Amino acid sequence: MNFISVENLSFKYDSDGEKLIETSVIKNLNLRVNQGEFLCILGHNGSGKSTLAKHFNGMLLPCGGKVYVDGMDTADEKLCFDIRSTVGLVLQNPDNQLVASVVEEDIAFGPENLGVPSAEIRERVENALKAVDMYDYRNHAPHKLSGGQKQRIAIAGIIAMEPKCIVLDEPTAMLDPRGRNEVISTITKLNREYGITVVLITHYMDEAVKADRVVVMDNGEILTQGTPQQVFAQVDLLKSHCLDVPQATEICHKLKKLGVDIKTLPLDENSCVDVLMEVLR
Amino acid sequence: MRDIVFGQYVQQKSIIHLMDPRAKLIFLVAYIVLIFCTFNFYALAVPVILAVVMMLLSKVSIGKYLKSLKMIIVVVIITAIFNLFYGGGQVFLKIGPISITEGGINNSIVIVLRILCLLIASETLTFTTTPTDLTDGIERLLKPLKLLHIKVHEIAMMMTIALRFVPTLLEETDKIMLAQKARGADMDSGGIVKRAKALVPIFIPLFVSAIRRAMDLAMAMECRCYHGGEGRTRMKTLRFSRVDVFGFILFSFVTAGIILLDIFLPHIVR
Amino acid sequence: MSAIIRTENLTYTYGLKTPLEKTAVSDLNIEINEGEFLGVIGHTGSGKSTFVQMLNGLITPTKGKVYLRGTDINQNKKELQRVRFQVGMVFQYPEYQLFEETVYKDIGFGPGNMGITGDDLDRRIRSAAAFTGLKSKLLQKSPFDLSGGEKRRAAIAGVIAMDPDVLILDEPAAGLDPQGRDNLLSQILEYHKKRKNTIILVSHSMEDIARVADRILVMNRGKAEILDKTRNVFAQGHRLKKMGLEIPQITKVTQKLIENGIPLPQGILTVEEAYVAIAQLLKKEGRL
Repeated sequence: MNFISVENLSFKYDSDGEKLIETSVIKNLNLRVNQGEFLCILGHNGSGKSTLAKHFNGMLLPCGGKVYVDGMDTADEKLCFDIRSTVGLVLQNPDNQLVASVVEEDIAFGPENLGVPSAEIRERVENALKAVDMYDYRNHAPHKLSGGQKQRIAIAGIIAMEPKCIVLDEPTAMLDPRGRNEVISTITKLNREYGITVVLITHYMDEAVKADRVVVMDNGEILTQGTPQQVFAQVDLLKSHCLDVPQATEICHKLKKLGVDIKTLPLDENSCVDVLMEVLR
Repeated sequence: MRDIVFGQYVQQKSIIHLMDPRAKLIFLVAYIVLIFCTFNFYALAVPVILAVVMMLLSKVSIGKYLKSLKMIIVVVIITAIFNLFYGGGQVFLKIGPISITEGGINNSIVIVLRILCLLIASETLTFTTTPTDLTDGIERLLKPLKLLHIKVHEIAMMMTIALRFVPTLLEETDKIMLAQKARGADMDSGGIVKRAKALVPIFIPLFVSAIRRAMDLAMAMECRCYHGGEGRTRMKTLRFSRVDVFGFILFSFVTAGIILLDIFLPHIVR
Repeated sequence: MSAIIRTENLTYTYGLKTPLEKTAVSDLNIEINEGEFLGVIGHTGSGKSTFVQMLNGLITPTKGKVYLRGTDINQNKKELQRVRFQVGMVFQYPEYQLFEETVYKDIGFGPGNMGITGDDLDRRIRSAAAFTGLKSKLLQKSPFDLSGGEKRRAAIAGVIAMDPDVLILDEPAAGLDPQGRDNLLSQILEYHKKRKNTIILVSHSMEDIARVADRILVMNRGKAEILDKTRNVFAQGHRLKKMGLEIPQITKVTQKLIENGIPLPQGILTVEEAYVAIAQLLKKEGRL
């Protein structure tokens, strides 16, 4: 089912003093996000992926075209809070998203703004904390947590608004490998177990491998899209646009080019070992 | 520096911790008024005893109280010395134009005890109340001011955010200082002008970073449907409990006691 | 090869004699060779940042000593500033330290503090900018008008301009996209080859370290767990995994192939190496 639909979206930032930014950030883009899917938007810095993310919950409004969220037009000001609580947006810097100096009070911030009754907020906060495995930290101060933990609190703060979809704008860019794993497994869990639609925006291709569908953006346009398998098979296209592919995929791609008989390119180390064993045995 | 600002709240399970922050704030204000309404040692003894009782009830180690006392001990001593020379009555010692009198000695004892009581009472409040509860309490107590078009919710939200970000910005200051030191910035020597100049490489990045954080935070708050205080509910509802009622009763007795002692016993302080 | 930096029982304890006492670095005895590219890995909290900050005296060890070319750097506090010019330090997210009106002036801050002026200063600024791949037309711009990647380069140039004998970089590529990361690392490697100085690179990214480091120091709970040639370190995948560290995917793949009886060389670090090795093997067996 179609959940978010982006139709002929174009966007450019206002000219800023002398520096006229004439180039559009997003050009005539069409995209659908299906209910319940795990979509990954991949692209390097300046590809327009973060700008697109901010369109999903109406933080930015289209210069041209339309964005519909669950049937609601994001340009409709009256629906602003409905849209923002339907599509939650998690940002890059975990430090700058937390409002309160106690974890559980921070998570309550969203539902409090929505006017949810006290008893229900308490319930939502506890559920959200459990969903991100941070229940034991409910009374901690955010500045004493690790980056990965802070980002999970930020996610819980969004979950407490009970959105149908979460958009995460490079949530792992500032984290160490451990924090990245924590965050990725948390959002995978939210998608699989809670049925929340996830749109993950990232430049790490190893995170994209776990998605149901990958959209690659470049220069404000969609370069290619499909399942991770389909997308990462296009090694040369990705490389020519300065994007990485998993090392497991790259080695098999190179060998294939050399004439080695490899049918499907693997995405992770285990399938890569299987493929190479087949070849080398 | 971080300890001064944030090492305040001490987690404990005491009666005072259980009290409503609004009740504690009201008591503190009333207590401060009371200690300045004591005009003899008998009346003053009541708040002094109360201070000791509060200290014990809070289950916060005496060491913590003494530590915070250390910071203002100089002020206390200077005040005490000045008050020695101020007052009438029997003269004990005369050095040139200045003399130490009975009244002076009484005055300085009273002043020192008052300051100590004041300190202990406010310490008890900050030791037993989390900063967020404190902000909450202040917000709710000041709610009537809304009628005067004072933006109580906004002020409270600002305090909440400040509490959240001060530690982050302090950490950032440390980092920037180290980074500039690594580039040979010399912050520890030279005169005032040179030292002030040495702060530029620290304050500019800090300022830029604070603005960046504020922009991010504003975006994040909007994403979480923040739209001011209107129609906003709270997870924690403050409710006066039995402890608070007991506190009010006790406090009424204390007030009555002090007033009686003030009326029926001679005043020794102005 | 002679050691440029040597540590002796180097220890640092946070909050000494308080209930929150925590030893970040304990009893470290290592030697860093003149002209080598040393990678330092370890997860957050392993003490690697504290360790490198002691190497230029930003943090004074609570116990033990740091010798720079045989001299204890903390012996004379007045000399510390000079030590910091010799041991340059680029912090994580260094762009947050930019403050001058122009990029040019900002890069000149460090060398200016060294007392360098005039043509010499100009030459240093321009060569540092060139080393980091910063275009010269950006030099007269305000650092706050640059893009994220350019800011990073400008900040790194600010340390390189001091022309340190030892350059420490703490997660220099953090937050950059793959392209930015690759470019920056290549530039650092290039600089290292030209300048022939000692570089200490602290990173979480095993792929990055594998590409550039001669030797690797693995830190775990404040201790130096392993200090060895890059290849030998990554050959110990299981041991690293126990410390919560991941080896590059390609190294894992080739290791599994070896375990399955495929005769590949140990410790393959890059896709290129693996490609060459597998292709050779296939050719030898006449299957290509």
